[in-house]
Amino acid sequence: MSESPDKKTAEPTSGASADDVVLRVEDLSVDFRTEHGAARAVANASLTVRRGQTVAIVGESGSGKTTLAMAVLGLLASNGSVADGHIWFKDEDLGKVSPQRMAQLRGMELGLVPQDPMTNLDPIMQIGRQIDAGLIDNGLRTRRDARTRTVELLDEVGLPEARQRASQFPHEFSGGMRQRALIAMGLSGRPALLVADEPTSALDVTVQRGILDQLTALTQDLGTAVLLITHDLGLAAERADTVVVMYRGDIVEQGPARQVLTAPQHEYTKRLMAAAPSLASRRIEIARERGLDEVLDGSLLAHGEDAVADGATEPDVLVSVKEASKVFSIRGRGLLSRSKDFTAVDGVSLDIPRGSTVAVVGESGSGKSTLARMILDIEKPTSGSITFDGNLVGAGNHRDQIAYRRRVQPVFQDPYSSLDPLYSVYRAIEEPLRAHDYGDAAARRTRVEELADQVALSKGQLQRFPSELSGGQRQRVAIARALALSPELVVCDEAVSALDVVVQAQILQLLAGLQEDLGLTYLFITHDLAVVRQIADRVLVMQEGRVVEEGTVDSVFDSPSTAYTRALLDAIPGKDLELAL
Amino acid sequence: MLRLIVQRLLLLIPLLLGLSILLFGWVRALPGGPVQAMLGERYTPEAAAEIEAQMGLDQPLPVQYGKYLLQLVQGDFGVSLQSGRPVLEEFLNRFPATIELTLVALIFAIGIGIPLGYVAARRSGSIVDHSAVVVSLIGVTVPVFFLAFILKYLFAVELGWFPTTGRQDVTMIATHPTNFYVLDGLLTGEWDAAWDALMHLVLPGIALGTIPLAIVARMTRAAVSEVQNADYVRTARAKGIKPARLRNEHILKNAMLPVVTTIGLQVGLLLSGAVLTETVFAFSGIGSFLADSVFAADYPVMQGFVLLIAVVYALVNLIVDVSYGLIDPRLRRQQ
Repeated sequence: MSESPDKKTAEPTSGASADDVVLRVEDLSVDFRTEHGAARAVANASLTVRRGQTVAIVGESGSGKTTLAMAVLGLLASNGSVADGHIWFKDEDLGKVSPQRMAQLRGMELGLVPQDPMTNLDPIMQIGRQIDAGLIDNGLRTRRDARTRTVELLDEVGLPEARQRASQFPHEFSGGMRQRALIAMGLSGRPALLVADEPTSALDVTVQRGILDQLTALTQDLGTAVLLITHDLGLAAERADTVVVMYRGDIVEQGPARQVLTAPQHEYTKRLMAAAPSLASRRIEIARERGLDEVLDGSLLAHGEDAVADGATEPDVLVSVKEASKVFSIRGRGLLSRSKDFTAVDGVSLDIPRGSTVAVVGESGSGKSTLARMILDIEKPTSGSITFDGNLVGAGNHRDQIAYRRRVQPVFQDPYSSLDPLYSVYRAIEEPLRAHDYGDAAARRTRVEELADQVALSKGQLQRFPSELSGGQRQRVAIARALALSPELVVCDEAVSALDVVVQAQILQLLAGLQEDLGLTYLFITHDLAVVRQIADRVLVMQEGRVVEEGTVDSVFDSPSTAYTRALLDAIPGKDLELAL
Repeated sequence: MLRLIVQRLLLLIPLLLGLSILLFGWVRALPGGPVQAMLGERYTPEAAAEIEAQMGLDQPLPVQYGKYLLQLVQGDFGVSLQSGRPVLEEFLNRFPATIELTLVALIFAIGIGIPLGYVAARRSGSIVDHSAVVVSLIGVTVPVFFLAFILKYLFAVELGWFPTTGRQDVTMIATHPTNFYVLDGLLTGEWDAAWDALMHLVLPGIALGTIPLAIVARMTRAAVSEVQNADYVRTARAKGIKPARLRNEHILKNAMLPVVTTIGLQVGLLLSGAVLTETVFAFSGIGSFLADSVFAADYPVMQGFVLLIAVVYALVNLIVDVSYGLIDPRLRRQQ
């Protein structure tokens, strides 16, 4: 690598000179027209991608990494345009070629694997047909023999029963299968450059690994250069030769992956490194940053199993789940088919000590969310029992149930859809207070302001609407709302999964601080083991409705006893990064 | 699919029962009631009592309703007071005219509305877009009878391009095996009759189709605006497909889902009788006949037509629901 780790690599500007350079971006600036004039999304960016090389662009959302990639593909949104600079693809300047030529290049020379498999396939067209269309329109196959090739392509990306699957619709595919189909689509024209925009961030961690391996193997075989867009440093470290770090439209640092990650030069890269969820337990570190010394002498962890093992007092159990099962009956297809039973949760037992954090980990479909919903009293267990502070959940009359709702509050995954878009932040936080007849308007105002203060929202933000807030701010609102009624247990269902690493770290810090200040008990439902390490005392691993492993975070992470847990741990991107540190 | 159809047809039963009770009560609650309307100036209490006895109106209400229901089940909707012919026959005679008119109005609304909405969305902010918005705003706000009068005055009376009233020139001698006049002309080979009938449909069709046109155009514009920014459209472009395929297979087909709903509702409304348009153009469909019946206090016709229109409306909506499944595979499974 000849690039220096500084920004704006200086290299000759006479187009793509060296034979093996596939893409050379030179001083590229991209502007978006907005109501307030032009907004610069990418400023003076330069980077080079060589044949067979993988270059990762790392940054948080809004850093301009996707904009840069879309500029390369000529697929900027209609209000976006290249303001300055050049995009050399082989020996053509993509900023200057005609739209017709650009359309020819797309599919044949430039491929895309998009971010979200749920929204990137046409919902009303057969999967196979969507791939056929590209083959036919690019003149690679005739209408007659396109399907044969499509099946080969789907087979190549590891889709089982490709021939039958090709005639199914997207809603009949799982997320992982859809992403495989999208990879097949992106590579169908055997492009020289593949843009992979967060290709696996919407998927489960074990599925992620398989798909990335497939993608890496395929692009290596075909000699395809890959421009990998990701917010995940671990992923970049593992998959890329060169890492480019973007921050607010600027390339702040670039160089060989190991160099950038082990010896970051720029302040932002250092912050990104610090915020990256890692395998090292960071809970104490978080507390230290906040100056909570008592955490360090062990008082916070005293509720966990370690304390019990040391012969300390019996932990005060807040929630106790005994042999709980949940069976759903699924209505079959067709007129005569019978309904089938599906066991989502199968005989699960767990205790949540007061003031502690228990995490339940598993892939989607493992039953972890159903378990959370039973503890929230949204679902009733089919068998078994759940007690809260000694009382059976769901057993009392209507009034008891309302009282229970006050003591147990959820924070859900998606801060975009779990807030009413027509409610101001103030109204959203006030809502539970109104619903549970909390004082008069003045008392509610005091309480809302107190809550906003606790989650670090400013007074000005209280008057805004969810659409005017960032993802992290919305999640703060969701947390404030959950805390409004001073609950004892907060159930966080993938509460930080939709957030960037930097924001994720902030929210986890906030939660840890609130736990300390308010004596909260947390149940964390997540698929992200790195998050577990940061926040939890105890962890349960669920697979197909059963608990397959349980223990303190340290014991589970250091010596996983089941193959499944080991697979989950292995699948965390960034083990290399960890070793390098 | 079959299950959906059967379910929906069964739902028609309580719907029609409820409606029949409403109509039964409505007619009896009107001042004077049908007897007075029948007798008119010849009204005397004795004559009224005689007719009441004759028609069974002196019996208790539940008995009357039971008899009425029994007749309905047998397909007997009563006899028109104006013409003396069965209500069902009057309906079936005129319904083809309304269907023809509805079809022309729909072709006008869809044929112009969808392309207009599409172009407006694809060139958002352009002159086409702005004019489409204005046109659709005018379309929904101009009263139908006003538009009908203006069209008739301009293009029929002043310019003489189209006939002013009716379904066919009165001097035209034509046979009508189906009562669809255009179709009749084509079937019997009487080309001039078919052409004449078609010319009679143009102005009422435009008048009737304007509101649906505006609604379809706005709906299409909104749907295309959304779909063209969908992730899968960008992905489709990234794989290098041709613009025509992008438009026809990805954008238009996906955008049509909400538009089909809208069109379905409009078809129901149009078929249920374009009273104003048919009246202005003296077009003898169910709408103008229903209007005449109201003025003549022809209660059996009012009752019967409203029931039959409800059936038509419900069936059209059923067809629309079934057609969703043809467009959207996700609904096929749910259905």
